Amino acid sequence: MPLRERTIRTPALVLRHREIGEADRLLVLYTEQLGKIHAIAKGVRKLKSRKAGHLEPFTHSTLQLAKGRDLMIITQAETLNAFLPLRENLAGVGHASYVIELIDRFTYENEENPRIFHLAIRTLERLQRAKDPLLVLRFYELRLLDLLGFRPELQQCGLCQAEIKAQDQYFSAERGGVLCPNCGRSTPGARPISMEALRYLRHLQRSNFQQASVARPRPEIHTEMEILMQHYLTYLLERNLNTPSFIRKIRHLDTTDHVPPAIEND
Amino acid sequence: MQLPEPVQKLIDAFSRLPGIGPKTASRLAFYLLRTTDDTAPALAEALQALKANTSLCRVCFNITLSDREICEICDDPRRDRSVICVVEEPLDVFALERTGGYSGLYHVLHGVLSPIEGIGVDDLRIQELLDRLKENVTEIILATNPSMEGDATAMYLGRRLAGSKVRVTRLARGLPVGGDLEYADQNTLKRALDGRQTLERG
Ligand SMILES: [Zn+2]
Ligand SMILES: [Zn+2]
Repeated sequence: MPLRERTIRTPALVLRHREIGEADRLLVLYTEQLGKIHAIAKGVRKLKSRKAGHLEPFTHSTLQLAKGRDLMIITQAETLNAFLPLRENLAGVGHASYVIELIDRFTYENEENPRIFHLAIRTLERLQRAKDPLLVLRFYELRLLDLLGFRPELQQCGLCQAEIKAQDQYFSAERGGVLCPNCGRSTPGARPISMEALRYLRHLQRSNFQQASVARPRPEIHTEMEILMQHYLTYLLERNLNTPSFIRKIRHLDTTDHVPPAIEND
Repeated sequence: MQLPEPVQKLIDAFSRLPGIGPKTASRLAFYLLRTTDDTAPALAEALQALKANTSLCRVCFNITLSDREICEICDDPRRDRSVICVVEEPLDVFALERTGGYSGLYHVLHGVLSPIEGIGVDDLRIQELLDRLKENVTEIILATNPSMEGDATAMYLGRRLAGSKVRVTRLARGLPVGGDLEYADQNTLKRALDGRQTLERG
């Protein structure tokens, strides 16, 4: 949308920030009305700044933006949802960061898509209450790929068009979806996918969230889906994502009993 | 027309600094070109000395003079060695020192965890902090910034320190002095509420 007015008020999601100048921040925002934009927040690194708390990563805020000389300037910010429950534990921070990172990586500046904006907000809301956050993330990835035009084909073989039968299959990022065992075996780069994982992914792809959220994949299947989706996303982006390794580290922290550091008191 | 190479080189060098755009970089370069006093030589000398004459304290990783292995704070016998205050950057040490209200030691992480930017545990001086716990430390004060990244770093350290006998505390967070409740964000307000204190009746 061409920006004619000098100021605009829009809901936005804060993606990232970088410090510039004495006490300013350059923010990367995904706004409902303008899509991804860069904007300056002046003075927010001062502790007494009123705006700072409304402009933290993955905060849903209403922003007032003014057109500056080179960049937009944030003149007002008011939180709609800070997603506090997600900020209170490391897994929540990791998952929310992943939601943000995908949007940041997959979108271009000044191309608005309110459906992507709403999907991200709804996903963060779902993560706050989710019993199975990984399912929320897989649902999010598949919906986001739909909106970006990268919907993976999960119903028929990407080479011979044969309908996929109830058996283990292959997945080819290059071909953008599943391959039947015949085609898959002879396609370089195609990786096996179990029938169970494929079934869940198809279920997530075809259902609304309420239907999707009844699924209860076993942990091994979750891992398989996560690896497969990240393989596909990395292929599309032509580079690695940052957040998955953070999420893995945190998970490791959960499952390993830490040997407490040795302390020799007295 | 192209700028003479020495001028362009300085502009490029300035542009790589945080907070300096191409316009400011040109202005600074031309200012230095014009000055006839010792501004430019003094700057050049200071820049050379910056790297040559400083190093990191091998205990707390604060900045110190290059002829010292251990910084003045770590070396000071009057400091309380049982308390370590963990901060993000060397500048935070100077801010806390200015208050004059802290007499323990420090540990500088040199950054914060940032999942999106890909800054992880191994990029910070975290293992070095855990190694210091062997030295009769009884309290660790987590003084990372009140931000998503600062909080994540504090939570991570809290988890790694759980199970040790060290008392782990976090700097109190509340409403900024001179602030107004109605402008406070959810996070600040909730933390201020969580950290409320009993009013002493005089
Ligand atoms: Zn086929
Ligand atoms: Zn030191």
